[in-house]
Amino acid sequence: MSISELKRTPLYALHIEQNAQMVPFAGYEMPVQYSMGLKQEHLHTRNHAGLFDISHMGQIKLSGESVAQFLESLVPNRIQDLSHNAQRYTVFTNEQGGIIDDLMVTNAGDHFFIVINAACKENDIKTMQNRLPDNCGLEELTNVALLALQGPEASSVMQRFCPQATELAFMTGGEFTVNGAHCFINRCGYTGEDGFEISIPAEHAENLARNFLDEYEVAFIGLGARDSLRLEAGYCLYGHDIDETTSPIEANLNWVISKSRLNDEPQSYPGIETIRQQSQQGTERLRVGLLSDGKAPIREGESILNEQEENIGTITSGGFSPSVEKPVAMGYINKQYASVGTQVIVKVRDRIQHVKVVALPFVEHRYYKRRT
Amino acid sequence: MSELKYSEDHEWLRVDDDTTVTIGITDFAQKQLGDVVYVELPEIGQEVTKDEDIAVVESVKAASDIKAPISGTVLKINSLLSDEPEKVNTDPTGEGWFMKMKLDDAEEVDQLMDEAGYTAFIGELS
Repeated sequence: MSISELKRTPLYALHIEQNAQMVPFAGYEMPVQYSMGLKQEHLHTRNHAGLFDISHMGQIKLSGESVAQFLESLVPNRIQDLSHNAQRYTVFTNEQGGIIDDLMVTNAGDHFFIVINAACKENDIKTMQNRLPDNCGLEELTNVALLALQGPEASSVMQRFCPQATELAFMTGGEFTVNGAHCFINRCGYTGEDGFEISIPAEHAENLARNFLDEYEVAFIGLGARDSLRLEAGYCLYGHDIDETTSPIEANLNWVISKSRLNDEPQSYPGIETIRQQSQQGTERLRVGLLSDGKAPIREGESILNEQEENIGTITSGGFSPSVEKPVAMGYINKQYASVGTQVIVKVRDRIQHVKVVALPFVEHRYYKRRT
Repeated sequence: MSELKYSEDHEWLRVDDDTTVTIGITDFAQKQLGDVVYVELPEIGQEVTKDEDIAVVESVKAASDIKAPISGTVLKINSLLSDEPEKVNTDPTGEGWFMKMKLDDAEEVDQLMDEAGYTAFIGELS
């Protein structure tokens, strides 16, 4: 794809003004880093607050009488029990039990607000539209931006713009007015830190981003640090750690699978038979976290070997962790090697790196827990 | 201390005496690479030919091969980089040096660019 065919987000001009290095990503021209650089941007988010433009992601409004039931027919968790303002992480599955996309769903009262991956947008919309009942409607929100404000100081920044939003518990969301703009704000994120994702009309996005950036805690953070932050937090990146060939059980996303739906609920979803079988019998491979004793970063695509140097798996995401200060990775590994503490090998340019299977996340999640 | 010479692959080279040189990567190169987290250096005694891959620099972004700007034998490597790879970013032509080599052919050094030539070269790239 040539650069001229790439789409731009409502914050494009601001990225250029802020000296972003722009790269093609999922059909968009996106900032990979700013002048601070990936490592400092990463650490800034862990220590203060980072502002991310994630407007490339798909934002969808689903409405109608049986909308909860409809959504539930596409995913392995329950949706019909999602209370007003509650948000849930889930996956769309295919008939083989593979993952078509991962998504966030919020019950917004008169509709469901969902956020999907940029690269999967078209296919997700087609998947939903193919099965959409007559009494439901699907609207892709195209004239909106999506900003993420993440980090331990995100809430004190939000306090100055929209104090009501700071009362949201983790994984809840709702409608708020920020700077005179009507926004949908979820308390969630992709960094393992406390934070917010703000869906805002395109014409107000740059103004709000500038206001956030004027706050002393906030720095603009690119996709590079977004990737290293999510890797440390143990989150999957679609197209790398999960895809159409990996099931949620193999991906160790058991919490997206409702046990009651596997046992006796009448409503099915694509791939339920495979997922039921895997849930009972286990799978040949599992997604695990891997921590290296060495210093050379372990990258996607490298083979995982046992001590006899036999192939036992593949790295799906990896890099140097700025917070742990060691190479960290995720990958799929044969079940017998998947328990925490197992020593394995990854060869980086023919040199053996000793690597240990570890529990995810690499960096403890620090979500906001509301005092009761 | 003699002036630096530069390769088109963004290495610098300093002639220490008639037969030995110090090699590293340029400020331009470290900026392109981003934060360096790991440097893989050759073995002492390794014989290398000009343009052969002799080191790997891993930044937070990616791994990049470093080519030998001249032919020769590796005499010494900068062991400081094993604990402080960020020296490549903070002091690329000083504490961030990679290795010292014994020259095979002094004429190869003359073929490299001088400061003015390299400045013009990177000007064309940006």
